[in-house]
Amino acid sequence: MKTVICAGTSTSGKTAVLKQVIKKLIAKDYRLAFLKIDVQYAEEDELFKQEFGIPTKKVYSGELCPDHCNVMVLGDAIEWAAREKAQFLLVETAGLCLRCSPYIEGSLGIVVVEATSGMNLPRKIGPMLSLADIAVVTKIDLVSQAEREVFRSRILEAAPNINIAESDALHGIGLNPLVKKIIESPDLQFPLFLRGNPPVGTCTICVGKKEIGWKQHFGVVRPLENQLFYRGE
Amino acid sequence: MQIKKITIFGGYGKSGEKDKVEQVTFKMGQVVSIVGPTGSGKTTFIEDIELYANENTPSMRKVLINDTAATEDFSSNPSDHPIALITQHTNFLSDMQVKKFLMTHASIRGSSSIETIVEETLDFANQLTGEAIDVNSAMTELSGGQTRALLIADAVIIGNSPIILLDEIENAGINRTRALELLKRYEKIFIFVTHDPRIALLSDLRIIMKNGAMQKILVTDDEERRVVEEIKKMDDFLLELRTHIRDGEKLTEQHVENRLRDLGYLS
Ligand SMILES: Nc1ncnc2c1ncn2[C@@H]1O[C@H](COP(=O)(O)OP(=O)(O)OP(=O)(O)O)[C@@H](O)[C@H]1O
Ligand SMILES: Nc1nc2c(ncn2[C@@H]2O[C@H](COP(=O)(O)OP(=O)(O)O)[C@@H](O)[C@H]2O)c(=O)[nH]1
Ligand SMILES: [Mg+2]
Ligand SMILES: [Mg+2]
Ligand SMILES: [Zn+2]
Repeated sequence: MKTVICAGTSTSGKTAVLKQVIKKLIAKDYRLAFLKIDVQYAEEDELFKQEFGIPTKKVYSGELCPDHCNVMVLGDAIEWAAREKAQFLLVETAGLCLRCSPYIEGSLGIVVVEATSGMNLPRKIGPMLSLADIAVVTKIDLVSQAEREVFRSRILEAAPNINIAESDALHGIGLNPLVKKIIESPDLQFPLFLRGNPPVGTCTICVGKKEIGWKQHFGVVRPLENQLFYRGE
Repeated sequence: MQIKKITIFGGYGKSGEKDKVEQVTFKMGQVVSIVGPTGSGKTTFIEDIELYANENTPSMRKVLINDTAATEDFSSNPSDHPIALITQHTNFLSDMQVKKFLMTHASIRGSSSIETIVEETLDFANQLTGEAIDVNSAMTELSGGQTRALLIADAVIIGNSPIILLDEIENAGINRTRALELLKRYEKIFIFVTHDPRIALLSDLRIIMKNGAMQKILVTDDEERRVVEEIKKMDDFLLELRTHIRDGEKLTEQHVENRLRDLGYLS
């Protein structure tokens, strides 16, 4: 089985892209499963189940960072997709945390960015972009050629080796190269590992201590004018 | 890549009927107009061209550039894309400063003298606008007309696109007569979607759209070229009245009558 992790900020067009991808994969008779992870609300699973009749699931991460949640549940999700005899498991992330970016070593990681987001977005989203294999730029129907070119160069500046697919995801235009890459991607190799290093996030805020200011906390902390350091035992 | 021609193979209209024009080729240097009623598929047609369609758009049309169809892979870099489309609603969305944006675009395009080419672009744009563009303002602060003028200037000069598609330039809030004059100095394929008789008849040929499908091709003949002179006269007269009003003047019956007499419409 192959897994595709699709990340990207909210409203970037992840669902629109995956919908077109699913359509194109189904047309080639592939069996699919879909997993959506979000914090507290999502309906992609029902939409896709209804429209395409494929097995879908959703997970609400609630109190947990949604990308961390993804890492926790993905093992089970892959087993579920395998039981469903899916050849591809497509995962749409919540796209809130720009640091954890839960791409898996050896399988395809896609980041969806909207061309309408402003020229600085590629500079802001860090590992979500730099660790991905493919950047799908959506909403090119809304911007000028000139801005598309500048946007693309900003992406390549942040991720020099990334493949870029520019698309109008509403009409499924420009997505064939992506579908081809998905089909050609390697099968999962167990055990699975995260790509890159997730950021350190162990501090007393993580365990629910609500006071503001680093002096009130232990673990990995940081003052305004200083680097991270470890405070405590 | 040296662009010599672009060929469009017909696909299907809105209700699935075939394009009546099976194939049409535009050659370098030609000016083409796309005409037809509102909703007839003019914009869709030029979008097919812009997308370098290969039976993968709703119309199923296919476009060849120099006899070659599009390949679908990741190597396609928009800087190599020979086509620039300026739509009815293309806007700048970036809040970069005008000057910085143009310099960035020029450097991506590998222009050798960035300052000069940016100046040329601004000069072109300013000839189309009422008020000059402030290079220090953000792109999003430009007016509608200024935006359109800059989009055209950028596509022609910095983008240096050999094929330029312009959707209803007459409604863009720019000086379209000046635009046509300036554009004609550049050797390109220009495709205008237009409701304007002057633009349509100044083209070498025009495609008539209806119900989403290409109906026929008309080549502008000598008689139409004579007629267009008359249209120009009337059109310039209307533009003159418009300038009058824009400049805050009153219009009098006497003024209009005198001018109509000058133009030979009254004896
Ligand atoms: N060949 C086609 N196949 C399918 N749908 C089409 C086709 N041509 C046009 N349409 C659809 O018809 C609608 C109107 O088309 P379009 O916007 O191109 O018209 P237009 O001639 O540019 O109109 P206007 O003068 O108002 O700008 C659009 O929704 C478009 O998607
Ligand atoms: N015009 C245009 N709209 C798009 C495109 N892709 C997505 N959208 C719209 O953008 C909005 C957010 O898209 P969605 O797929 O739900 O984003 P998600 O939150 O990342 O899943 C929706 O209204 C989509 O219809 C595109 O390529 N062009
Ligand atoms: Mg979504
Ligand atoms: Mg239109
Ligand atoms: Zn996180």
